[in-house]
Amino acid sequence: MGILEIKGVNKRFGGLQALGDVNLSVAEGSCHAIIGPNGAGKSTLLNCLVGKLIPDTGSVTFEGKSLLGRKPHEINQMGISRVFQTPEIFGDLTVMENMLIPCFARRDGSFRMHAYETITDERAIIEEAEEMLDEVHMLDKRDMHAASLSRGDKRRLEMAMCLVQQPKLLLLDEPTAGMARADTNNTIELLKQIRQKRNLTMAIIEHDMHVVFSLADRVTVLAQGTPLVEDTPEKIKGNPKVREAYLGEAHV
Amino acid sequence: MLGLKKSDLRLYLIVLALLIFAPFLLNPFPDTSGLAQFNAGYPDLMQKLIIFGLFAVGFNILFGLTGYLSFGHAAFLGVGSYAGVWMFKLLTMNVVPALIVSTLTAGVFALLIGFISLRRSGIYFSILTLAFAQMSYSLAYSVLTPITGGETGLQLSLDDPRIIGISRTESGNIPVPHFFGLEMNSATTIDFGAWSFTFSAGYYFAAVIFAVAFFLTIRLFRSPFGLMLRAVKSNQSRMSYTGLNSRPYALAAFVISGMYAGLAGGLMVAMDPLAGAERMLWTASGEVVLMTILGGAGTLIGPVLGAGVIAYLESIISTINENVLHQWFGGLPDWAENTLVTVVEPFVGEGWHLTLGAVFMLVVIFLPGGIVQAGRLIARFFRRNRGEVGALSGEPERRPGE
Repeated sequence: MGILEIKGVNKRFGGLQALGDVNLSVAEGSCHAIIGPNGAGKSTLLNCLVGKLIPDTGSVTFEGKSLLGRKPHEINQMGISRVFQTPEIFGDLTVMENMLIPCFARRDGSFRMHAYETITDERAIIEEAEEMLDEVHMLDKRDMHAASLSRGDKRRLEMAMCLVQQPKLLLLDEPTAGMARADTNNTIELLKQIRQKRNLTMAIIEHDMHVVFSLADRVTVLAQGTPLVEDTPEKIKGNPKVREAYLGEAHV
Repeated sequence: MLGLKKSDLRLYLIVLALLIFAPFLLNPFPDTSGLAQFNAGYPDLMQKLIIFGLFAVGFNILFGLTGYLSFGHAAFLGVGSYAGVWMFKLLTMNVVPALIVSTLTAGVFALLIGFISLRRSGIYFSILTLAFAQMSYSLAYSVLTPITGGETGLQLSLDDPRIIGISRTESGNIPVPHFFGLEMNSATTIDFGAWSFTFSAGYYFAAVIFAVAFFLTIRLFRSPFGLMLRAVKSNQSRMSYTGLNSRPYALAAFVISGMYAGLAGGLMVAMDPLAGAERMLWTASGEVVLMTILGGAGTLIGPVLGAGVIAYLESIISTINENVLHQWFGGLPDWAENTLVTVVEPFVGEGWHLTLGAVFMLVVIFLPGGIVQAGRLIARFFRRNRGEVGALSGEPERRPGE
């Protein structure tokens, strides 16, 4: 039994079968990559996990509890955090404030009227946020407006915001999309470090095979909404079916 | 002190000083001089400044922090006024129960309207609140006449069944709202040379209420709750994927700002126990939006400044008429006098809205951050090297970790 179990999931958008009978099991502590050509249904699948979409049929369970019908904030409170393809951060706020929000969310739950407390009195929370910022090497940018950060920094901030919640499962949607090679390598190193430090399960959607093969323990190849094969990265590399699915794509 | 950071404490102390010395500060011109009509230090206007300041401060908690633009906040002001007058009629002329009931009634009303309106965001939210406020206005004007007094408004009468206290005074008048005996319309005038300063009990009572409300607002701005409200404005999607439910946060902000509006309505009737439906009209809702934007939405002091400027313009500019203009320009040759009077006249008296519109346009175009931004620019100009800009202007917390 994996920490995340996806069974028989189907999702249609009008005439388009976005997901067809997807079965997937993510083992606790592993890094599971989901790859596939454009339009294979990778993002749809991820959206079904975080409550943004509800599958037509099938079941999604996390630690034995069903995720279907739960709101995004409820799913997050169960221990699932998500990094988006385009970083979703609080642009109007400073880097530090961006970090404090998930810290408070973890401590206080999805809603609390703490209107008479003062943020500056919350030493423990502030230290926690600072430590995490330090871990992603962004402590020197704590007072900058998040919107003015570079794209790579925005991504690192978003990742730090997810990690500071100490999730059990981290979902990454193309964490290196649009990054230069050096940035990509930095991100890979960061994710490796994070995995070493914490017993974190990761599910990662990625186009870049370099990233997949550096990080993943298991790889599922999705094509036209259906899992094609699931195996270790080494075996996936040599699989002719995968080559076929990716025919014409430069990465392989 | 008081759990405030140094810069916030300084801002708060400045506001307190302004409140205490307002009767002097707003009366800078001797009574005998021609400029005396620019004096604002009389009780009616000072009370109005305070009450609209309170209204705008509350509105800013919703609009400035969460970004939800309500076009129906005057409804809560109106509800608060009606509730206050009913307390005077039924219970006692003491203002304390009236203010409490005004605030709570507006809060319940805001909970109801907010619960429905917050199902939508952006322009749809604004239209929903506008629709609710106009509905409230129409109801108060027609169907609910037994409760609201309809066209004439709700006022006290000589045969009110007041449970605590008397229905009429010994001299046969309607009693005056009071705070444990201190009558709201009592005032002392001190003459000082050519100046005369009026100290009104009503004004100082309202000022104390305002000081408490403003203190609570600062605390709210610096609290984790305030941070969450700003998160609502910034990115609701990220908020939900961070495990936060944005709906109750927005609703809480809506109810809190509705309660501030109700309190302001209650204060209005405490100063002058008369409530009319026109207080709920959409123009009144629009006015508080103007005040907040003019002063600087999302800042602590901005709405107060905006409310002050608008209430002042309304009261002072609207009293200037053609005769006054002729007096001002009397020293000039006739042709110059007449030309100037013709040019200036549309902007004064009845035409004060034109002045307001022009000021508003100038501010929005050149200072999108409102009066507070102007203050910030001036502050930066004077202490460019000290890196302290924004402390006085009540800029939202930039360094929560410090």
